[in-house]
Amino acid sequence: MVGITSYGGYIPLYRMDRMTAYKAMGWLNPAAILPGERSIASYDEDSVTMAVAAARDCLKGVAKEKIDGLYIATTTSPYKQREGAGIIGTALSLRPNIRTADFTDSTKAGTGAILSACDAIKAGSAKNILVCASDLRKERAGGYQEQLYGDGAASVLIGDTDVIASIEGSYSVSYDFSDSWRADTDEFERAWEDRWRRDEGYERQLTESITGLLTKYNLNIKDFARIVITCHFERAATAIARKVGAEPSQVQDVMMRTMGDSGASYPLVILVAALEEAKPGDKILVASYGNGSDALFLQVTDQIEKTRDNKGIKKWLARKKMLDNYDKYLAWREEIPMDRGFRGEETSSTQLSALWRGRKVFLGLWGSRCKKCGTPMYPAQRVCVNPDCGAIDEMEDYCFADRKATLFTYTSDLLAYSVNPPAMYGVVDFEGGGRFWFDIADCDPESLKVGMPMEMILRIKYVEHGRGVTSYSWKAVPLME
Amino acid sequence: MPEGIKDKVAIIGMGCTRFGERWEDTCSDLIVDAFKECLEDAGIEKNDIQAAWFGTCIEEQSCGKSAVPLSNTLKLPFIPATRVENFCATGSEALRAACYAVASGAYDIALALGVEKLKDTGYAGLPDFAQLAGTDTRMITPNFTAPGAFATLATRYFARYNLKPDEGKRILAMVSSKSHHNGAMNPKAHLRREVTVEEVMSAPIIAWPLGLYDCCGVSDGAAAAIVTRADMAKQFRPDPVYIKALQISVSSGMELMHSSYDGTHIESTTHAAAAAYKEAGVKNAREEVNMAEVHDCFSITELVTMEDMQFSPRGKAGDDVQAGRFNLDGAQPIQPDGGLKCFGHPIGASGLRMMYEVYKQCQGKAGPRQVKNMKLGATHNLGGVPQMNICSVLIAGL
Repeated sequence: MVGITSYGGYIPLYRMDRMTAYKAMGWLNPAAILPGERSIASYDEDSVTMAVAAARDCLKGVAKEKIDGLYIATTTSPYKQREGAGIIGTALSLRPNIRTADFTDSTKAGTGAILSACDAIKAGSAKNILVCASDLRKERAGGYQEQLYGDGAASVLIGDTDVIASIEGSYSVSYDFSDSWRADTDEFERAWEDRWRRDEGYERQLTESITGLLTKYNLNIKDFARIVITCHFERAATAIARKVGAEPSQVQDVMMRTMGDSGASYPLVILVAALEEAKPGDKILVASYGNGSDALFLQVTDQIEKTRDNKGIKKWLARKKMLDNYDKYLAWREEIPMDRGFRGEETSSTQLSALWRGRKVFLGLWGSRCKKCGTPMYPAQRVCVNPDCGAIDEMEDYCFADRKATLFTYTSDLLAYSVNPPAMYGVVDFEGGGRFWFDIADCDPESLKVGMPMEMILRIKYVEHGRGVTSYSWKAVPLME
Repeated sequence: MPEGIKDKVAIIGMGCTRFGERWEDTCSDLIVDAFKECLEDAGIEKNDIQAAWFGTCIEEQSCGKSAVPLSNTLKLPFIPATRVENFCATGSEALRAACYAVASGAYDIALALGVEKLKDTGYAGLPDFAQLAGTDTRMITPNFTAPGAFATLATRYFARYNLKPDEGKRILAMVSSKSHHNGAMNPKAHLRREVTVEEVMSAPIIAWPLGLYDCCGVSDGAAAAIVTRADMAKQFRPDPVYIKALQISVSSGMELMHSSYDGTHIESTTHAAAAAYKEAGVKNAREEVNMAEVHDCFSITELVTMEDMQFSPRGKAGDDVQAGRFNLDGAQPIQPDGGLKCFGHPIGASGLRMMYEVYKQCQGKAGPRQVKNMKLGATHNLGGVPQMNICSVLIAGL
């Protein structure tokens, strides 16, 4: 039996009430208004960092050596050429001898990646493949997409043992339906009239894939506990359900009030939210959308209980901070020319050869532990830092990424350049030993306290626009309960 | 046990420019100004100098690498010259090298000169530190600034001694206010205005909990010293100042990476101070050191340095500050020249500037800032941040 063996989610801390954007830009496009709030990735996040966060949630308690492959589905990779899966795999400290691939260019890439992973496992090419889906889309100020979209990621582990939800079958349709697109050089998406998108796109194509699935496997739609209809038009989602013979009550919340359409990760995010509440025996139907549609048929097993501790979607959604400053959001997205000052313009160029050499330390948060005295240290050292030891070349590798920490000391610095001042940083002590200083993210300076529990998260350190390099580093964030 | 250099080397001349925003002057101008005063004070000719050490830290912003900028500017006649750098302790490194060269017998007369031209960046504060870190370091360290790094010392100090932010900030404000009082009397100082404790406390925050007046001036300037063998010193002047001790200590990495560091002191200062007292034969620093110029890059640095230099017991520096012990009219004046706080901080020059004040105090030439019964003075020159640094402690007297 091949299927999902674990899941994880990630929703950024920040949410924006859509009225905040509307108050600022509604004058331009008075009809572009939706109720509720959307998620907003922080200035130091991208599709890679969000995918890593979701994957870490998914891999909680999973032996990383087991993983034979890593797929990332996104339409917003920070690179056109430099594999996102490679960055993510390094950050997750996966083995190098695995199969990696980026699935991209369509918002149905997430389900495409899941199906490819299933096929690889069925074919015997791999035992466990981690699938991540993540998107952080830039929208033009005042446009409808700004209201529709949200940022987020989800991750599922596909395997054939201890399956929590088996993938029983699928039905796909593919059309060159150009309702929204970005050309090679485009920063922002363009979209055709939304009524056409809704009627000819979502309604027709989702209906076709779902009906196709039901017919192919001779299924009754009424037997499904949850139906994931990846449609950001809320009413259209209900209409599609009716068309295929389902009750609106079977339709999983499309999260337009709480998060928004998160692109390639959207079907996975809603699926994870459905799995969080699923019971053994539940049948789940997932239909993605984007230049066609993939419909998947899942059957939940009694193994579902083992994933209840994962953060999933619900816990991340509950952790939120409202961003009530629309201008700040635009500045984070580099949509307005912000005065960075000369200090802010001073960036050293990333030395790619040094990054490669130190990839475990920089991207994986690996240090070392002294075999003589047991002292862990970051970054990896050859000489033990313990003043009472000092052993030379007695080290073993030691990863700090998943260790809890406490805040030893901190500051919030208004002189240091930050996209989101004050720059917060401090020294953290890791549980089990080891200390270093890190940037601090996802909290207010007033909330910082000596001794507060922290955990580590991968974020963007800086983006070197002149050379097109995004540099990542681990930051400390308040421990999520 | 090494015998050290106590009373083997004497300073026979010193010079120090006015520190500040010297918009009209180049590095070379500052070098010439400090050198001219130094040479005149020593009463020797340029050609008497046998070797030179040149201290400058952020050379990218100013004069460039190597000792050539010094030698070319002063037209030194093909004598040995070396550039030294050790963060903000660079000036003390230049002096240390010159002293050791003379103590070793390699030369009879040597020059130490430090300069920094910091005000050509286009923005406030020091040039951006993160850009100056090494290849690997800058991939993982936060994008910190000097005030931010030292602010973490204050955060931890306040937490350890249960000081509410206002209580802690008041003590720090008294440290700064005292230095402003002294600096206002110093014609060479960068910042020459008295500020009250209330003004310090209500100043805009730079890096919590440090505000604007908790930070020293970022300045242009230069300072120089001419040293000779102690047994030759009185040939040049009746009141040479003798080096009693000169010690440095450099972080082992423990402070940044090992949990045994308590974060409320500067570990290297404790080592350099203890070694210096031993070399100088000082048994009780609180009683025997008459005045000191310490590295008050930030008010919190001065506060913990009082403890690290053994002027105050652990956790009690605040009590001494509040009792006025370190004021100009107190039992142990600290920063009589205004310190980095007000005299300013052109990095490569600062260690030599501190020595300049100790030298003048020893000779009784400090005017309205003269410390009474002056016998022994100390300089404390710190480079880096609390988590990784270089500390130089020098003791001098007649």
